[in-house]
Amino acid sequence: MAEQKKIEKQLSLPLKNAVQMSVRNMKVRFGRAIIITTSILLGIAFLTSVRAGNAFNMSLILNGPEEISSLLAVDIAEVNARQGWLVSLSLLVCIVGIINAMLMSVTERSKEIGTMKCLGALDKFIVELFLLESLAHGLIGSIAGAIIGVLTMTVVYLIQYGGLIFQIFPTVVIVKDVLFSILLGTFLAVVGALYPAYISAKMEPAEAIRREV
Amino acid sequence: MAKEAIVRTIGVKKSFMLGKVPLHVLKGIDIEILKGEYISIMGPSGSGKTTLFNMIGGLDKPSEGKVYIDEVDIAQLDAYELAWLRCRKIGYIFQTFNLIPVMSALENVMLPMIFGGLSTDDARNKSRMLLESVGLGERVNHKPLELSGGQQQRVAIARALANDPAIILADEPTGNLDLKTGKEIINLLREMNKEKCVSIITATHDLKMLDVSDRVIWLRDGIIERVEDRENITIKVGEVEGE
Repeated sequence: MAEQKKIEKQLSLPLKNAVQMSVRNMKVRFGRAIIITTSILLGIAFLTSVRAGNAFNMSLILNGPEEISSLLAVDIAEVNARQGWLVSLSLLVCIVGIINAMLMSVTERSKEIGTMKCLGALDKFIVELFLLESLAHGLIGSIAGAIIGVLTMTVVYLIQYGGLIFQIFPTVVIVKDVLFSILLGTFLAVVGALYPAYISAKMEPAEAIRREV
Repeated sequence: MAKEAIVRTIGVKKSFMLGKVPLHVLKGIDIEILKGEYISIMGPSGSGKTTLFNMIGGLDKPSEGKVYIDEVDIAQLDAYELAWLRCRKIGYIFQTFNLIPVMSALENVMLPMIFGGLSTDDARNKSRMLLESVGLGERVNHKPLELSGGQQQRVAIARALANDPAIILADEPTGNLDLKTGKEIINLLREMNKEKCVSIITATHDLKMLDVSDRVIWLRDGIIERVEDRENITIKVGEVEGE
């Protein structure tokens, strides 16, 4: 009897339904989704462009003509350090932006969250919904950002060095950079959503419903 | 029908801390609600209605005393079991309807069934059936904001019935509705109460509700002032409507 009761007591939110709900949420709150995605996009575009630029430089130094490579090799270490700072700062701003936007989304939806809890949603369902949404923002933003970053840098180097660029195009390094950026962007988006998701999951249903925004 | 108690509270007290001063909202409530009963909890604002209500609904735990739902002490339940209880045993209806705005009526009713582990197809069929039974068969694909207040509350009733709960808790279900629509909702609740033998507990100060209640519990300042049976109430309603 006790065994049977355990089996009956299953609560579930199938992934398919969760994805559906997240997508719908993003459609309805499209403006916010755009803001979050854009913030990731910009951060990642910057990161990717810096890394792609470095890849081009390295490739020019190694494979390019003598006069260019000697010019470039001068203070590459110092430039890299400065760029590292800028990129870290931009990603930090980006993650703070995500946390802020997601927190706002939690406040805005507190009634909805409370209602779902009254209907039997577990804390983890709520976390799942928020993380899924953030995962989507992160993926879309960082894929777009990575592509934009690489394209921009290619155009910049094309203008500066002309067709030479295509002879020394560092394909492998750039593909690696793009993948790294996408992973990092998605990771940051999900990390940024963790705290807001936790807060929303821990809300008491009675209180969440009562709260007027 | 066997007279089983579905909800039992024993000496329930609840106090909140207002800064450093404790505020005693409930001062010892003993009630027993039977299966299939229609109960109204009445009382002025601040009498502790909503607090008691949250207690019965497993949304809040008492400071002292015990609440049994279906013979289970809710203080003993962990978060998972509480969620399960809310999902399968209790249906909630709110004054402000609280439908999920981004979902259609159909999906709103499906939601608790999905949580309860029903497959999407089964949930859809049952949800359609429930919406038909509350008179919204034509409007299943409308979003809440495209429905009138009365219709939204009907969706909420269908949603509350989704997992065949033993109890429906309705917190001021007619508070945001006009006289006529309110009456329709009350009649619908009564109908469902008779049809599905589900206990309905409403916290309200809508006097129209008295007419259909089996028992009325009057609350004042955190204690039960009196409990009245159906027969004694009807006269009062006449008075009120005569105003």
